[in-house]
Amino acid sequence: MKMAAQVIDLQKHYDLGPVVVKALRGVSLDFPEGDFVAIMGSSGSGKSTLLNLLGGLDRPTSGKYILGGEDVSQMDDTQLSTVRNQKIGFIFQSYNLISQYTVLENIELPLHYRPGHPKLSPVDREKCERMAQRVGLGQRMDHRPFQLSGGQQQRVAIARAMMNDPEIILADEATGNLDSVTSIEIMTLLRNLNDEGRTIIMVTHEPDIAMWAKRQLVMRDGVLFKEIVNEVRTTPQSALAAQEDKAFVDDEVAKATLAALPKTASADPGVVSGAVSGEKKSDNSSKKK
Amino acid sequence: MFSRVIRTIQLGLKSLLLHKLRSGLTMLGIVFGVFSVIAMLAIGEGASKQAQKQIVALGARNIIVRSVKPVEGSSNDQSGGGTPRYGLLRSDLRRLQKTIPEVVSAIPIRELNREARYRKFTMQSRLVGCTPEYQELNQLRLSKGRFISDTDRASRANVVVLAYEVASKLFPIEDPLEDRAIQVGDIYYSVIGVTEPRNASAAIGGSLSGQEFNKDLYIPIETFRARIGDQVYTPKQGGMDSEHVELNQITLEVRDVQDVIRTSEVVRGTLEKFHPQKDFAVVVPLELLKQAEQLRQIFNVVLGSIAAISLVVGGIGIMNIMLATVTERTREIGIRRALGARRRDIIEQFLTETVVLSGTGGMLGIVLGLLTPFAFRMIRSFALNFVLDPKTLSDTSKMFQEMQPEVAPWSLPLAFGISVGIGILFGLYPAQAAAKLDPIEALRHE
Ligand SMILES: Nc1ncnc2c1ncn2[C@@H]1O[C@H](COP(=O)(O)OP(=O)(O)OP(=O)(O)O)[C@@H](O)[C@H]1O
Ligand SMILES: [Mg+2]
Repeated sequence: MKMAAQVIDLQKHYDLGPVVVKALRGVSLDFPEGDFVAIMGSSGSGKSTLLNLLGGLDRPTSGKYILGGEDVSQMDDTQLSTVRNQKIGFIFQSYNLISQYTVLENIELPLHYRPGHPKLSPVDREKCERMAQRVGLGQRMDHRPFQLSGGQQQRVAIARAMMNDPEIILADEATGNLDSVTSIEIMTLLRNLNDEGRTIIMVTHEPDIAMWAKRQLVMRDGVLFKEIVNEVRTTPQSALAAQEDKAFVDDEVAKATLAALPKTASADPGVVSGAVSGEKKSDNSSKKK
Repeated sequence: MFSRVIRTIQLGLKSLLLHKLRSGLTMLGIVFGVFSVIAMLAIGEGASKQAQKQIVALGARNIIVRSVKPVEGSSNDQSGGGTPRYGLLRSDLRRLQKTIPEVVSAIPIRELNREARYRKFTMQSRLVGCTPEYQELNQLRLSKGRFISDTDRASRANVVVLAYEVASKLFPIEDPLEDRAIQVGDIYYSVIGVTEPRNASAAIGGSLSGQEFNKDLYIPIETFRARIGDQVYTPKQGGMDSEHVELNQITLEVRDVQDVIRTSEVVRGTLEKFHPQKDFAVVVPLELLKQAEQLRQIFNVVLGSIAAISLVVGGIGIMNIMLATVTERTREIGIRRALGARRRDIIEQFLTETVVLSGTGGMLGIVLGLLTPFAFRMIRSFALNFVLDPKTLSDTSKMFQEMQPEVAPWSLPLAFGISVGIGILFGLYPAQAAAKLDPIEALRHE
């Protein structure tokens, strides 16, 4: 199977003078194309450190990192910038949108830093709009981040991450600031992207969220502790059904959220079919097209 | 490439507009810096143009030789009876005309301060014995009548041309030309012409004070000699002062400007042989012009440097704000870096912002600078009307009264260039500080 990313005996040490913090102490992992991984582990176990290395935001102390067939571990700052721009899509816990930009401008941003800095073509602009529509913000392209809810901001971030067709999508606690229904919304989007073949690596603390992935990697003290393959994955439908059971939130809102999102291939229509069909028209007008 | 520059500038403008007040205040430093550069240069330029105009009025091809009264007691004057005898002689005039081929013309003047009288009106004026050429030499224009002629000279006629101020003082109502005669000393002269007002010429060195043409009386030099003579008596405290002078001034015109300096040396050499007591001085307007030009350059450098200091202060203000901006926007920098911005892109972004800031400030400064002449006139008329008493003004401040600041066209691109340069100079450090930030730490910021 073709590898999207591969790390070999990756080490990351922080030299703090008197002490050397060994955040990663030899991690080797393979991420085949189309993988969907949740990295778990207690605080300080090195999850973010690993993700930053995978994202080309930092260089390892030792070890190799092959991304899309290219050794990234020894690249200089400029080359790494290009790698981040072309091969990586970031989704952060705190969204990290540029506050003075509109939704559309935020989505456009990675295009401005393409190698050679080409001008935005009409095709590019069309793609941005398509992305905005895809994450359900077609009507809000001129809004600014402060006018959006957390979930909506995170959807902008997802659209932005997709702009340059990245090799891998990295999400560090993407749902950490969101309530459970909104988390389902975001995870559904990620699930859809993964179903299209996109490789996704996410860090999370929440076991519920980790169940959306194909497999879980548990870290401890800077090394891989164990790997769990999710035999039964959470789907948008099952998540929503579980949500309804808990009766945390108003049914209508939850169903509307689900109905607005494109259906996934693996969705089991039987579970919530009645609810979905009932809510479709009310929300379609605002989210689709 | 070009579209990218435009885009970066748009980006810069956009983030500056986000903090309008802050950007505006930051810009003020540059605005005033550029303004003062332009204004200082304009005032310097105006002052030197004024001086040049006055010097040029003396004639760039002219050499002026003046009689100088030797210091009391130091001279071995040959006159008996205690009357000092000094100055240029008519023989000097002839000698200079004959022996120096470069000299095209030589115009002699005899002058004396005397009171002019018409009925009950009197005025202290300067009686000038001269030739018809004097009119052209000093660019005198007549408002009435004619200037003295060669016929007047030959016949030693008692005719006089009144300068503007004398005419209006002695003849407040009547027409001076209607068969009127004025009295100077005990001699009557009939008025044949009146000049238009004329600006004073430059005061050039100790030997030639600034000439105020408006208080002059012009008579033929032959008439002067015949009626008054070389030996004159002037009443002074406790008796009479007397002196014997043939000519007060000879103005020589040289054929070619290039020969002026050399010819002036020849003139000096020729005269020195016959005037061992050094009772004359040679003034070369062209030399003065060159000195004035040097002075102007020094003036410009000094004024320009003073203005440049305010530009530097403005630049420091910009740097200060940009450093604060970098800290404030650390998160944004982290985001851009994560999305693929190289260090260079970040530097470009922040540098563009400072340059847009300082460039806009420079442009506003230029607009203000263009208003300098207007503002200067307003301030001057205010000062003259309410603060200063025009009657007590010295010669220098009279110059201030007449000068016009002139915005030098070259100072505009210069000032704009400097303001952009300041933006780059003082923006570089904050921009580099922004680019050096570690992306991970920047993303974690606040
Ligand atoms: N820049 C740094 N300098 C020094 N030590 C660091 C730095 N970044 C991380 N560390 C250390 O490396 C270890 C791993 O940190 P990391 O942020 O990867 O943990 P994490 O698993 O993401 O934790 P959390 O779940 O709390 O986010 C920690 O002990 C941390 O203190
Ligand atoms: Mg972390």
